[in-house]
Amino acid sequence: MRQWLRTAPPRYGLVGLVVLFFAGLPTVISSFLASEWALALIFAIAIMGLNILIGYSGQLSLGHGAFIALGAYISAILAHRYKMDYLATIPIAGLVTGAVGFLFGVPALRLSALYLALATFALAVVTPSLIKRPKDLTGGVQGILLVQPDPPQPAKDAFAFFTSTLMTSDQWIYYITLFWALLLFWLAWNLLRHRTGRAMRAIRDREVAAAASGINVAGYKTLAFGISAFYAGVAGSLFGLATGFISPDTFPVSLSIQLLVGAVIGGLASIPGPLIGAVFAYFLPIESNQFVPSQAWIPSGLASTVEKAGPSVTYGVVLILVMIFAPNGIVGLATSGYLALRRRLRGAGDRETGQLPSDAQTG
Amino acid sequence: MTLTPQEQALLQLVVSGIATGAIFASLALALVLIYNAMGLVNFAQGEMAMFATFIAFALISRGVNYWIAVPATVVLAFAGGILIQRVVIRPVERAPILALVIITLGLATLINGFAGVLFGYVPRSVDSPFSVGGVGAGGVYVTYRDLGVMAVSGVVLLLMYLLLQRTTIGLTMRAAAHHPEASRLLGVRVSWMLALGWGLASAVGAVSGIMVAPVLLLEPNMMQSIIIYAFAAAVLGGIESPLGAVVGGLIVGVTVNLATLIPLVGGDLQLAVALAIIVAVLIIRPNGLFGHAVGRRV
Repeated sequence: MRQWLRTAPPRYGLVGLVVLFFAGLPTVISSFLASEWALALIFAIAIMGLNILIGYSGQLSLGHGAFIALGAYISAILAHRYKMDYLATIPIAGLVTGAVGFLFGVPALRLSALYLALATFALAVVTPSLIKRPKDLTGGVQGILLVQPDPPQPAKDAFAFFTSTLMTSDQWIYYITLFWALLLFWLAWNLLRHRTGRAMRAIRDREVAAAASGINVAGYKTLAFGISAFYAGVAGSLFGLATGFISPDTFPVSLSIQLLVGAVIGGLASIPGPLIGAVFAYFLPIESNQFVPSQAWIPSGLASTVEKAGPSVTYGVVLILVMIFAPNGIVGLATSGYLALRRRLRGAGDRETGQLPSDAQTG
Repeated sequence: MTLTPQEQALLQLVVSGIATGAIFASLALALVLIYNAMGLVNFAQGEMAMFATFIAFALISRGVNYWIAVPATVVLAFAGGILIQRVVIRPVERAPILALVIITLGLATLINGFAGVLFGYVPRSVDSPFSVGGVGAGGVYVTYRDLGVMAVSGVVLLLMYLLLQRTTIGLTMRAAAHHPEASRLLGVRVSWMLALGWGLASAVGAVSGIMVAPVLLLEPNMMQSIIIYAFAAAVLGGIESPLGAVVGGLIVGVTVNLATLIPLVGGDLQLAVALAIIVAVLIIRPNGLFGHAVGRRV
């Protein structure tokens, strides 16, 4: 164990710190803030799924809000109508949504990247009206109100041990979300740095060459769709749990855009990217709502408009600027900055050709 | 010849479907123009049209005559389209299609929010320049507004056809789109031709926005559903074919209207019909009605 600790790459330590940070967070922030961070983690899960699809397999989905809605409604209907334990419905929602995504991936194979973007965008726009229709099942525009679970006694005891306060259900939901986020990020990390990830990247970069090397192109592309939808389904299920209420208007087309912003700004085809992107994409509108009214120079008559429009404007500007200047997002910027620094400090690499000693991806 | 009430109702839906279809056709044509210029579907086309519409009605509400405000807006939209191409699209002209699509989506989000800041989110009803009322024949009634929409769209589409097929500039644009390298060697400024494509698309789209505003309410999300119908129209017609966009627009307009007769669809799932058209065309006949099959380059 000590040997392993000494030789483990420094990023393991970083991962440990991040996990500790998220595990300890609810003990120092308010219960309300814990529920907001739970939603940010839910975004991270959904964006991880989107990242697997866009970043690794090169298929653009603008309709992930639809998969999230599906996951949320599966859980809500099972829990509300059939009185199932909500926590037990989470994996079911993930698996069913994943299966639907897998089936969706089959016709998607025939579409070019552009057409796929178009069809999924249309799906995202249509989603709210599709949900409204089966009124008996989904509750129509009224939506479904969900009961948030009380934390079980052992969790309460443990929480009281650290903070000497009573654990609220928001805090309990935070930990449920954290559990799923850790599990799914760990799964993604294992999946993507080995054979499957390599195959997906090969298909993304040179589909024909990948096929010629014996990679099952159709299989991996539909698999990516299925996995991605599984992540979205779990995220949707957790979303219903965290907000306690879902309705057709919970899943507007702007939700899909928000996820895309998160995926792009964090950095496509990276593991930490979705987490960073999720924090940004989730907290931006909230911060904007708090920031705008505090600014005296914005006339009070305009404040509500600016609050509503500000995030759109920022999302738009960020999407454009990141795609033009830093297509690999924050993680890409950080990686290239770190590599440049290391080059300078160690003088490694060939100065003439600018070749690095090892590939950033494999090294 | 007398029609039964059912036939009259059916015909009525077809006629009004043609009028909305003409609007979809204009926006679909705008999509086709940019697709032909650079192989990209412009997700911001609807928002660009929405913004132009706001400008037009801001001018009108300040007392500018309708028939001066609208051409002025179209010219402004043309300039705006060129500006967007120069500032936002040109730096990434050679980027992968994925990046370009994300950028146009960013543009859509940006314009949507910007319109919200400038004009607010309160929906406003705007007047149509065409007088109220209409003409009836055989129990089928056409409003003057629908006739006006059809006439204006028809004129725009005709002008675009003449520009692209009968003028040197149109020929140069098509050459620049299809054979950029060869055109460059012949002295065509390819990048400016792409900018011209964006300008024209923006102008044509603006007309569709101005036409649709009196039917819907004018607000920043006005074009969100219209752009889906335009996608359906462009895909149905074959995304590279201007004629296809027009035919596709009319078919989508009529189909969506007739679909309201199906109980399952009713009034609130019309948008899903557009989605169904998109998916069906892409799976059954990806090149649409008028598109050509393109070999995939390896």
